[in-house]
Amino acid sequence: MAIFPPEQRVWWNEPIEKSEVMWITIAFIWALVMFFMMPYWHIVGEQNLSNEAYKIKPDVYAEKVEAWAAKYKVREEGDTGIPVVHPPAGGDVYMLGRLWEWWPVVELEEGQSYRFHLSSLDWMHGWSLLPENINIQVHPGYEMIFTVKPTSSGEFGVICNEFCGIGHHTMVGKIHVVAK
Amino acid sequence: MAEFRTCPDTGFKIDLNADKLIKWNAVTAVVFLLVGGLFGLLVALTRWPAVHLLDADLFYLALTAHGLDVLLVWMIFFEIALLYFTSAILLNSRLALPKVGWLAYWMMLVGAAITNVAVLRGDSSVMFTSYPPMMAAQDFYMGILIFAVGALLGCLVFFATLYVAKKEKTYEGSVPLVTFGAITAAIIAVFTILSGAIILLPTWFWSLGLLSHIDTLMYRVIWWGMGHSSQQINVAAQISCWYAVAAILFNAKPLSEKVSRTAFLLYILFLQLASAHHLLVDPALSSEWKIFNTSYALYLAVLGSMIHGLTVPGAVEAAQRKKGYNKGLFEWLTKCPWSNPVFAGTALSVVLFGFLGGISGVMMGTEQLNLITHNTIYVPGHFHGTVVVGSTLAFMAISYWIVPTLWQKELVFPGLAKWQPYLFGIGMGLAATFMMGAGTLGVPRRHWDMTFADAAMGYDFPAAANLMMGLNGVAAVMGSLGALIFILNMVGTILWGKAKVPAPAAPAEEAPAAVASAATSHGSAGTMEVPGTFVLALIFLVSFVLYYFVNWKYLSSVWGLS
Repeated sequence: MAIFPPEQRVWWNEPIEKSEVMWITIAFIWALVMFFMMPYWHIVGEQNLSNEAYKIKPDVYAEKVEAWAAKYKVREEGDTGIPVVHPPAGGDVYMLGRLWEWWPVVELEEGQSYRFHLSSLDWMHGWSLLPENINIQVHPGYEMIFTVKPTSSGEFGVICNEFCGIGHHTMVGKIHVVAK
Repeated sequence: MAEFRTCPDTGFKIDLNADKLIKWNAVTAVVFLLVGGLFGLLVALTRWPAVHLLDADLFYLALTAHGLDVLLVWMIFFEIALLYFTSAILLNSRLALPKVGWLAYWMMLVGAAITNVAVLRGDSSVMFTSYPPMMAAQDFYMGILIFAVGALLGCLVFFATLYVAKKEKTYEGSVPLVTFGAITAAIIAVFTILSGAIILLPTWFWSLGLLSHIDTLMYRVIWWGMGHSSQQINVAAQISCWYAVAAILFNAKPLSEKVSRTAFLLYILFLQLASAHHLLVDPALSSEWKIFNTSYALYLAVLGSMIHGLTVPGAVEAAQRKKGYNKGLFEWLTKCPWSNPVFAGTALSVVLFGFLGGISGVMMGTEQLNLITHNTIYVPGHFHGTVVVGSTLAFMAISYWIVPTLWQKELVFPGLAKWQPYLFGIGMGLAATFMMGAGTLGVPRRHWDMTFADAAMGYDFPAAANLMMGLNGVAAVMGSLGALIFILNMVGTILWGKAKVPAPAAPAEEAPAAVASAATSHGSAGTMEVPGTFVLALIFLVSFVLYYFVNWKYLSSVWGLS
């Protein structure tokens, strides 16, 4: 009885039930499989988050993004006044999060790889690319860099999924992917 | 000198100080369950797109209060009651340091009240996690700190009682398995509370203007040392309740003390690494760090849970088979008291915790798979599968035994009690499932308006996402009704319940002497004693494996990232 002391004072010598031994063995093998899936995916998988990140002051990051956007701006998104930036294939892409927008709108080419830079100018934000459903935590003061390769084309939404105050639900950005 | 009474149902010697402290902590816990649960209902009704009940500011306020009151206050108050119960009462000992116990109680209550006032004032809607640089009013942090110190003192009373019981030889041999599980919970609690203090103390200084900057990444690493580990207190406490109910209702003895205790030990050794679960898509942490920590070394804490998942129903099966329910694989199960809420709640807690909370937690705690779940409403879906239909349901179930036993009163609504575990368990289980479903479509957590009506650029979720958030609302109403019935039944029983007539002891509540003869000593080792449970465990494993790899398949279809 689990609410009384063990009947046998020397309970650690009692033999273990066969079904328990079998289950522990199976469960441990499964644990190993799950553990090694992660390094395995780093070797063969196409979806791994890079470990590249730098400390950066928010205003320095803002300047970098603005300079980049000015250089590669191709048009404005509808009547929003937000620039659409189309960088050269294989090049750097910048996006910043601030209360309450993802800036700027980015245009990428399908099948090309880009070095994607992401940081926040103020609070923490959650970069959520939809409908792909790729989600990344964005910190102020940290610039994260990862390689992105769009494998489908069309219009993609970027919403914020880390609570960032009263306007959180209006924080939506956009990525266009054009087919080659 | 401590004064004692003898429990007419169980024969336990009950220290009157422990008796009173358990009652006060448990009742306060239930009051916070009511408050926090109501906020939860408001949250679910707002996220139901067709209802969209609250305005944005009130929604974020309600969500902050909901997390705080149920995730922290209800759970910890109830666990402190369990700690006193499993030490003083199960060990037939006096409670050590009762005055410290009362200081702990009042600090927790005052701390919880201060933080609640700060939240309800409207200037501290920073969510339960209170990530900087978003700043709450200073008393928000101060209240949590006072609450935490109180809880730490409660753990001290528990450990001191263990010491007193050992020294005064109130029990023979080793502590009962349930007490061992409670020790696990208390050790994790100390780690948890210290982590919380380490990060919330500087954060409080920051809110007072004494510090200029809190690093956001450092905050998340240490805060989740509290935030996630506190859920491991719940798991250890909840599994102790499972073992206790198996013992109380079936006289079930653990299949093997050694295995069950080792499984608890795995929790102590590895559960604390789980802070990493929240940091898998954060910058500046290496993949090696993420993989080691998120998997609890080699999924050794998951192994612990999988062991308990077999040994708890296994103990019940073995006990039932000894009583003669031997037909086929599952007669032992069909002959269980399914209309007894103590059993029904516990059984549902075991099943739902495993299938809904356990599998989903391991899946999204995988380094790469977290990319497709992080901060979506899949996450609350998962933890409603652990904390709500796992821990809360287990605590409700054992309350149906503890409250009538300690207060010596009859339940006021025994008819409703039969249905309550199903209403709550299935309602909240469905809510968890629908949240997870919506999360796979990318619906964000902590979000007031998934239609983005006020945004300059919108995004349209598929109709299925809206449908699932609506169904989540319906399921949450059902679950809330279940919670309300539980609270009415408990409060009603305590206030107006009829005094129990000492009945001839049901098999459920036999005296220890009778039990020793009922459970024969270990004679059938080496043979397969629990085939039914083993088959159920294999069904669980197959579901687990399939679900795990389905998500890898899903991950492999999204954009390339490296």
